[in-house]
Amino acid sequence: MKNGMARKAFRALCAGTALALALSAPAMADVKVGLITTLTGGGAGIGADIRDGFMLAIDQAGDVGVEVVIEDDQRKPDIAVQLSDKLIQSEKVDILTGIIWSNLALAVIPSATAQGKFYLSPNAGPTQLAGRRCHPNYFNVAWQNDNLHEAAGAHATASGFKNAFILAPNYPAGQDALKGFKRMYEGELAGELYTKLGQTDYAAEIAQIRASGADGIYFFLPGGMGISFLKQFAGSGIDLPIVGPAFSFDQGILQAVGEAALGVQNTSQWSKDIDNAANAAFVESFQAAYGRLPSLYASQSFDTANLILSAVAKADVNDQDAFRAALKAAEFASVRGDFKFGNNQHPIQDIYVREVIQEGDVFTNKIIGTAMTDHQDVYAADCALN
Amino acid sequence: MSVILLIEQILNGLQFGVMLFLMAAGLTLIFGVMGLINLAHGSLYMVGAFVAAAVAAWSGSFLLALAASLVAAAMFGALIELTVIRRLYARDHLDQVLATFALILIFSEATRWVFGSFPLFLDTPAWLSGTVILPFGIQYSAYRLAIIIVGLVVALGLFLLITRTRVGMRIRAGDSDREMIAALGVDISVLYTLVFALGAALAGLSGALVGAIQSVEVGMGEPVLILAFVVIVIGGIGSIKGALLGAILVGLTDTLGRTLLPVLLSTVMDASAATAVGSALASMLIYILMAGVLLFKPTGLFGTA
Repeated sequence: MKNGMARKAFRALCAGTALALALSAPAMADVKVGLITTLTGGGAGIGADIRDGFMLAIDQAGDVGVEVVIEDDQRKPDIAVQLSDKLIQSEKVDILTGIIWSNLALAVIPSATAQGKFYLSPNAGPTQLAGRRCHPNYFNVAWQNDNLHEAAGAHATASGFKNAFILAPNYPAGQDALKGFKRMYEGELAGELYTKLGQTDYAAEIAQIRASGADGIYFFLPGGMGISFLKQFAGSGIDLPIVGPAFSFDQGILQAVGEAALGVQNTSQWSKDIDNAANAAFVESFQAAYGRLPSLYASQSFDTANLILSAVAKADVNDQDAFRAALKAAEFASVRGDFKFGNNQHPIQDIYVREVIQEGDVFTNKIIGTAMTDHQDVYAADCALN
Repeated sequence: MSVILLIEQILNGLQFGVMLFLMAAGLTLIFGVMGLINLAHGSLYMVGAFVAAAVAAWSGSFLLALAASLVAAAMFGALIELTVIRRLYARDHLDQVLATFALILIFSEATRWVFGSFPLFLDTPAWLSGTVILPFGIQYSAYRLAIIIVGLVVALGLFLLITRTRVGMRIRAGDSDREMIAALGVDISVLYTLVFALGAALAGLSGALVGAIQSVEVGMGEPVLILAFVVIVIGGIGSIKGALLGAILVGLTDTLGRTLLPVLLSTVMDASAATAVGSALASMLIYILMAGVLLFKPTGLFGTA
């Protein structure tokens, strides 16, 4: 008897829960976005910035019928591919975004665009997808991979480097980096080094720099590699000017490097002190929402989300031609100020020179000049789109 | 390449080797005495670095941070030995690999929960920053020199512990015949916990020392773990002497390979190609070394069959 009652109560509870679930289910979204990024393992800090910047823009837009599904790729290409297939086939997303690393982007983007989905990159801009293999459904909202390195080369020339020592990890983005730097750098090279990807000890390289007679250093060592290099360089007693792309001097990393990074000049298309209303509002609201300063990566994903929102307001995502045109028009208030797409749907933009400074106890960047104006990547010429 | 640069690179290789020794010593002790493959050793290295960073930020004292990293890593080591590792001694190596791999994931995610996803700050103390001038006018990082000294002192200490003390005698006995020492009435489970905690403390110390000149971040232990395994395979599994020699061999080979190979190759090809080929070859060099050693000594330099 008692048992029977319990069973009835249980059934009622189940029915009630199901009902409550049905009631609380969100209204059908107009546009579904799949965001795949790195949220665990090495590089999770960048993924958190990408996610937080993106969701900040979506939250600020309010209820405009954009639903976001977030997945963690663990920085592994095979997992990223599985997730994108899952998002496309079972979640039926319209747009994919979020990937940080070029090798993951190369694994995911061609198959996503071939299945008729849009892909908007908030970070990776591999060479392969900027030239002949550009695709009408692929947009890059950050930069083509070479851009910040080219700007670093231009800045090194402008600031009088005559005999630079350059180094980068031995992997595709590292080779692109040195190529990009050399494209714009006019002086001699005191040395050129490829280090092991993921290397953490740079004593041997620093000794070579000391012996090389260089008058300046350029390096591209993203993430923990850059932290290690800068700390060890600071302890080496070598006093040479350093330039590099923004990645090794960004907000998430600077606190871990500390004073060793002070005074380093780095090239970036964004900085928290770019003077426009959208950027001021972004920096303030990001800090209010998450209690930390936004990074370059957060600015890129914030722009990506706002680009999507601007297109959603103008066109139905199911009308691909209209939606694509709305994306390409890029009519949104970018935190970088002016923003437009080139024919290969990569940005044409100004790239600034920033210097690492200290504000109170926080290490951050301020703009000290412009390295390149309205810069477009060299691969655009190979792209058949117009 | 000048002689001074070469000497500096040899010192760098030595420093790298000594740091690897701190990792490898614990690993080889644990394998030798308990027959356990511990993949979570890298996580204890990470724990050491994170605790050091947190304590240094809180207290401002580097020595206190080092001491805290030793204690914390030993405590975590003892804790996982009592709760997880203890159940694995009787099982085969595949089960041990699986369980300790799970520990890596648990430690990594737990660290992220506690400290967040961003790298932490840990700097060398003021009294060890900058460079010192060695004989022949060699300018060398004071901190790296300190690492070499600490590593050699630890090596000497371990040697004395193992050859001159009662605990060391038991460790050696455990290494050569586990059943017999248990039958003689030695409390083997206490010994195991002790050895495991000792190995963990060394890993934690190494993480804290290295954390000051590298990036303190989640997942920092795994690349070092791989090198530490190479070291103990070269040195002979279970041998502390082998671990020291293997570590210094690996450190020197890696550092000198990285600097000398591109220079040597540039005499036969152009500079840019020499850099690319040289650095690719250099990253394989320690594995080639390992293969070479195993070819002539299948159990490693000081291994027993």
